[in-house]
Amino acid sequence: MADIDIKDIVKKENIVYKKTSVLTDNVMHYCPGCGHSTTHRIIAEVIEEMGIQDKTIGIAPVGCSVFMYDYIDVDTQEAAHGRAPALATAIKRLLPDRFVFTYQGDGDLAAIGTAETIHACNRGENITMIFINNGIYGMTGGQMAPTSLEGMHTSTTPYGRDPGLMGHPIKMTELVAQLPGTYYVTRQAVHTPNLVRKTKKAIRKAFEYQKLNKGVSFVEVVSNCNSGWKMPPVQAVKWLDENMLPFYPLGDIKVPEK
Amino acid sequence: MEEDFVLMKGNEALAEAAIRAGADGYFGYPITPQSEVMEYLTAAKPWERTGMVVLQAESEVSAINMLYGGAGAGKRVMTSSSSPGISLMQEGISYIAGAELPVVVANVVRGGPGLGTIQPSQSDYFQATKGGGHGDYHLLVLAPSSVQEMADFMPLAFDLAFKYRNPVMILSDGAIGQMMEKVKFQPQRPRMKDEELPGWATTGKTPDRERNIITSLDLDPYRQERFNRKLIEKYQKMKEEEVRFETFQCEDAEYLFVAYGTSSRICQKSVQLAREKGIKAGLFRPITLFPFPEKQVGALADQVKGMLSVEMSAGQMVEDVRLATNGKVPVEHYGRMGGVIPTPDEIVEVLIQKFIGG
Repeated sequence: MADIDIKDIVKKENIVYKKTSVLTDNVMHYCPGCGHSTTHRIIAEVIEEMGIQDKTIGIAPVGCSVFMYDYIDVDTQEAAHGRAPALATAIKRLLPDRFVFTYQGDGDLAAIGTAETIHACNRGENITMIFINNGIYGMTGGQMAPTSLEGMHTSTTPYGRDPGLMGHPIKMTELVAQLPGTYYVTRQAVHTPNLVRKTKKAIRKAFEYQKLNKGVSFVEVVSNCNSGWKMPPVQAVKWLDENMLPFYPLGDIKVPEK
Repeated sequence: MEEDFVLMKGNEALAEAAIRAGADGYFGYPITPQSEVMEYLTAAKPWERTGMVVLQAESEVSAINMLYGGAGAGKRVMTSSSSPGISLMQEGISYIAGAELPVVVANVVRGGPGLGTIQPSQSDYFQATKGGGHGDYHLLVLAPSSVQEMADFMPLAFDLAFKYRNPVMILSDGAIGQMMEKVKFQPQRPRMKDEELPGWATTGKTPDRERNIITSLDLDPYRQERFNRKLIEKYQKMKEEEVRFETFQCEDAEYLFVAYGTSSRICQKSVQLAREKGIKAGLFRPITLFPFPEKQVGALADQVKGMLSVEMSAGQMVEDVRLATNGKVPVEHYGRMGGVIPTPDEIVEVLIQKFIGG
């Protein structure tokens, strides 16, 4: 055994996995098992594979992914809460040959930024929107989100979300799919290897479609928030499967017509 | 071809001047009394002339954040609005100041508070000069008093915004926005080419540099404080290099009107009327409201017997006049509100009443 040199093992033909060069070496602040890290990696991989790092501009939201720019190695603007689609609108219109994407959580995209979301989609801005839906406000400590499920316990719905008092969970993705300005609308998840692969395909498409100048590509990623849900990762993934996915079913909602 | 004077509204002049200043984008939302700005731009089709983007946003909130995005990409972007709309933009303006982005915001002021009135007012002085949104910051504020200055201040505002990486506000009012005067425009400036965009802009990370990040966030208190100090230094530099003002018959003046924008035009007539009555009056007109010409106003305090700050407000700039004069001379305020514009005569009467008696 003593004769084995690590250099003999780490050879090109032996490598089955490596970190994409579009992710930085910064240690992510996300909780273990959180879908943000996986989704970041998918986006970075897609950017690397398409060879568009020098043409991509990202918009980070307010929420747990506020520090997206620490991890994805592209030019990035940090938006005010909910305003990412407004930033993206101007950037894309002023630099039309660039790839522009927003990355937003449910509070950002579906509560405070509803107007910006709807109108960017309705104008058919030629951008990619990534929407992380974990049904809770993670960064501020687990308050109710617009997408929190009926009966869901959060720090501001300690007895469960009562739609009669607090409104119903909003299906933003189905909503934007109704608008003529969206070109591709899909709902994905990243809590199993198979779903990661599907989400990557969806995000790849969502970036590729910017070349066609046909409107918004919108990818919802149903995710887990272990800290906010107060569950260990395995339990959270199970809860996601059993509770989130029946209400937020996965799959394409609007696909480009052939 | 030598261009001639044209007759135009202040709002239209601002819009035409924006195109000629080489603006890359205008993002706005309609509100009286400044809707002519976007109407002029959409009719003029600058996207055919210079490639300038014009977009009607879904709200002022969105419009100001479009400015954030556009300026973050290194582009010359602007918006215009009026008081209630400017209030909605304050969050975005604070972020823009915090991210050190160069934008131009024109406020064609109407009376408030609330929905107030659509008539001209100068009641947004505090909001414009003291920050407006949350956090320690200032805008550089230019106050035009004519349609010609609406046009002239547009390229100047872009230059100052980029010089300081700071939002610049053109603070006019419904009177200047709506009235028609002759105006002569500066020649067309070219828009910035891609290679001329500033090095800090998010234009796409090329292999020769680190990624550019536009943000106003820093959770490290010491770094954030260093940034706050950097802003203070920037404002100090503005105070040293950017103070602009005009004086009118100040040389032998014993009493001084201090007024900007529309009020300063009225006060010019008041100076003449006062002098006809044998009162040696003069006018000091700040053109930059931030930085306020505090040294110049302070110096005049040694010469005159009293200063009257004339504003279409309940008394806002008067506080800066008092700070600048530091008790050396009596400073009074006269203002009309709600869209009422004072007459030259009533201003002279107030001067006599407050300082001279009889």
